[in-house]
Amino acid sequence: MSRFIDLTLNGVTSGMIYASVALALVLIWRATRIVNFAQGAMLMITTFIASSVIAASGSYILGFAAALAAGLVLGAALERLLVRPVEGGPPINAVIVTLGLLIFLQAVAGMIWGNTPRSFPAALSIQGFRIGGRHVLFSPFDLFTVGSVLVMSLALGLLFTRTGMGLRMRAAAFEPEVARLLGVRVGRMLTWGWALAAVAGSLAGLLVAPVVFVGPNTFDAELVFGFTAAVLGGLDSAIGAVVGGLILGVALSYVSGYESPALVTLAALVILVVVLMVRPSGLFTHAKARRV
Amino acid sequence: MLDLSDVVVAYGAVRALDGISLTVPAGSITAVLGANGAGKSSLLRAISGLVAPRAGSIVLNGRKITGMASEEIVRLGVSHVPEGRGIITELTVEENLRLGALWRRDRRDATLALEQSYELFPRLHERRRRAASTLSGGERQMLSIGRALMARPKLLLLDEPSLGLAPLITSQIMAVIADLRERSAVTVLLVEQNANSALAIADRGVVLNLGRVVAADDPRTLAADDQLRHAYLGL
Amino acid sequence: MTAVAHLIARLEAARAGWLRLPRQTLARHLVLAVGFGLAFYVLSVYISPYRDSQLATAAYYFTALVGLTVLTGLNGQLSIGHGALMAIGAYATVLLIGRAHFALVPTLVAVTVITATAGGVLGAGAARLRGPYLAGATLALAVGLPALADGYPGTFGGDNGLTVAPPTPPASLGLSFPLTRWEAWIAGVGALVAFVVVANLLRGRAGRVFRAVRDHEVSAQLVGIPVARTQVLAFTLSAACAGLAGGLYVVVNQLAAPGAFQLSLSLSLLTGVVLGGLGTLGGAVWGALALVFLPAWATNLSHAISLPTNVSSNLPLALYGIALAGGMLLAPRGIQGALGRAGQWLGVRLRKSTSNEEGSDEQDHK
Repeated sequence: MSRFIDLTLNGVTSGMIYASVALALVLIWRATRIVNFAQGAMLMITTFIASSVIAASGSYILGFAAALAAGLVLGAALERLLVRPVEGGPPINAVIVTLGLLIFLQAVAGMIWGNTPRSFPAALSIQGFRIGGRHVLFSPFDLFTVGSVLVMSLALGLLFTRTGMGLRMRAAAFEPEVARLLGVRVGRMLTWGWALAAVAGSLAGLLVAPVVFVGPNTFDAELVFGFTAAVLGGLDSAIGAVVGGLILGVALSYVSGYESPALVTLAALVILVVVLMVRPSGLFTHAKARRV
Repeated sequence: MLDLSDVVVAYGAVRALDGISLTVPAGSITAVLGANGAGKSSLLRAISGLVAPRAGSIVLNGRKITGMASEEIVRLGVSHVPEGRGIITELTVEENLRLGALWRRDRRDATLALEQSYELFPRLHERRRRAASTLSGGERQMLSIGRALMARPKLLLLDEPSLGLAPLITSQIMAVIADLRERSAVTVLLVEQNANSALAIADRGVVLNLGRVVAADDPRTLAADDQLRHAYLGL
Repeated sequence: MTAVAHLIARLEAARAGWLRLPRQTLARHLVLAVGFGLAFYVLSVYISPYRDSQLATAAYYFTALVGLTVLTGLNGQLSIGHGALMAIGAYATVLLIGRAHFALVPTLVAVTVITATAGGVLGAGAARLRGPYLAGATLALAVGLPALADGYPGTFGGDNGLTVAPPTPPASLGLSFPLTRWEAWIAGVGALVAFVVVANLLRGRAGRVFRAVRDHEVSAQLVGIPVARTQVLAFTLSAACAGLAGGLYVVVNQLAAPGAFQLSLSLSLLTGVVLGGLGTLGGAVWGALALVFLPAWATNLSHAISLPTNVSSNLPLALYGIALAGGMLLAPRGIQGALGRAGQWLGVRLRKSTSNEEGSDEQDHK
């Protein structure tokens, strides 16, 4: 029983990290109908930057802020330089461009920081809380993880539903032509969408790095999990991404704990395929299918 | 107010506008008539910057706007109500309306404009929290016009406002347009297939055929010209 | 002058006569394959053993790229999982030869069937997946499958993988016959078989059906093409090629280890297809050559200007990334497309120089 509770708690924590990656993918999908396969590499770069800043300054908070800021800049720059030319073209072209970016960023990271993964500090203790005389599998850092993803999701939610900026971004995503007629600078909104998405991705990188370490390839699986969580939630829904992340996190935690950690990624594949076969539009989507 | 000279718009090899010259006087309602494919929508899309003309120039109040981006042309006082109304169905009615004035600096006037849109179309006020997808065709047209007015336009481009609407609602919409011009001195370029209802409120009529202007005259003269009606308007 | 004219006349005659390929598809492809085979043989005999190993590598890359061409280029499905399918082929080969003591040819046949089956199962699952969904699912496969080797070290040898003995050249070829040339021959034959089978299929009904599904799925459905079954078939065929490529990989490298089948392999294959030109078998040749010579060239460059190890070891991947994204942005039809266009341009120029007025007239109308 206590093992079940531990695995569940552990699943919630990693689920929130998947949710963060999923949010990054959903934001970009909603804005440009592109699945950003470079997201895993982007968050890898920002986490490396955090690692360097922490090593140089000795301050975790400084590194944390640097990663988020770097994400913002990286996301915006990539949209402007690489994605803009393929927007509105055949979807396969956009996917290939993001895949090219994925390899390129991994190679660049290897050139700068080397191919050997390095450890990454946690913000708080990773020693589990003591409850009823034993350490549960939920630490202050896990609490920090859950809390920071929730805060970010909430902030994004408020931005989208309560501000003019969010209204503009939604309009640009739903009906770009109409939005332009209403004076929305659509290109700028798409750039913001990519920038904000990259911030969400950067957060995920910072939170998962203490477990998986920082290396050019260590975040490959996070991209898979984030994508699966996003599809679980319908790829269009931000709330769906968070719920999808939680469900996936808990399910994979059971697979890992009761079967084998080696099966986790393939289990994600099975979940992905089953969900797509049973409910292609995802479990939580509320938006109608749009012809793209 | 608006001067077009020799404007050419082409999609690939097809010329939608084949050298159009047109002057729209300030404060007027100009009806643009013609059959399907005559180039009516392309005319509006060229003015509002959705398509870049291949040749010719478009001048708004002495300023050349040819090739300018749509989102900048709006800021010069041109509001385009596109064909099919361009409602963003995923947003609520009020969000659609607010979107029309988001670019404006004068936030107080934007709030005032919202109230005025609700006064003009009380139905929209009743449904302001609903998703725009739940509106009927007539309500969508009201929303679309109300939203365009949020920008306090000097030039209003209307693309087939009567499309798919019942006659009663069409005449209500036309009355609103005529009334608007009286009250706010807005210039209107009204594209219609429904020639009778458009000519009823217009000061001038322009007939397009295959991307060219074939007639431009007083609405009564146009309405009385049987040959023209048969040839180009299918009436 | 007359000698040149004579030569041209002879070439013309040759083109009209024996050089013209048979019209019948199968015969045509067999003739092409024999031609390629001869060229391959001559090349392999005259080059150094090191070059022979590069040739062998190009041959198994080509085999995998033929498979990816079927799927991505002709059926319009994007797979990032072909590296994983190659891994299935490679591990199956090592296990069949090493544990079950199969001979080489039956092994390769069995491996192709095994991977095709795996591909069919995957395809059945993926048949309803489109665009980014399929890409995501195959991505999961590419990332997840190598992890199995670590999870079950007893069967798959963990991180170090499994090894087999190299194939032995027949005694009749002599004692000094280079092993790499023998490997190149095996890989070359495998590649040719894949080419003939696939080229033949694509020229016929199957090819038309694949293209119909790629270009307009709904219309294809309306004219009665079973879309789902077509996509499963494309996936199966594609996986069979990838599996055979995995088997040939083992012939050349005598090793199946997770490190060789990471996500980067799948992405390299995709680069090969895009770089060569999506959807043409000719493009697969260019793609395979690019996958062999780009890294080799990068290594030489690194040595020449003595780059740090970190930089030089990642240079090929960086080039792939640039080629993939840049190729898509700048030359979406790849090398084969560029060649085609160059040919057209040349043709137009030639015609123009012969008949000036008409030539330019024609240009204007186009």
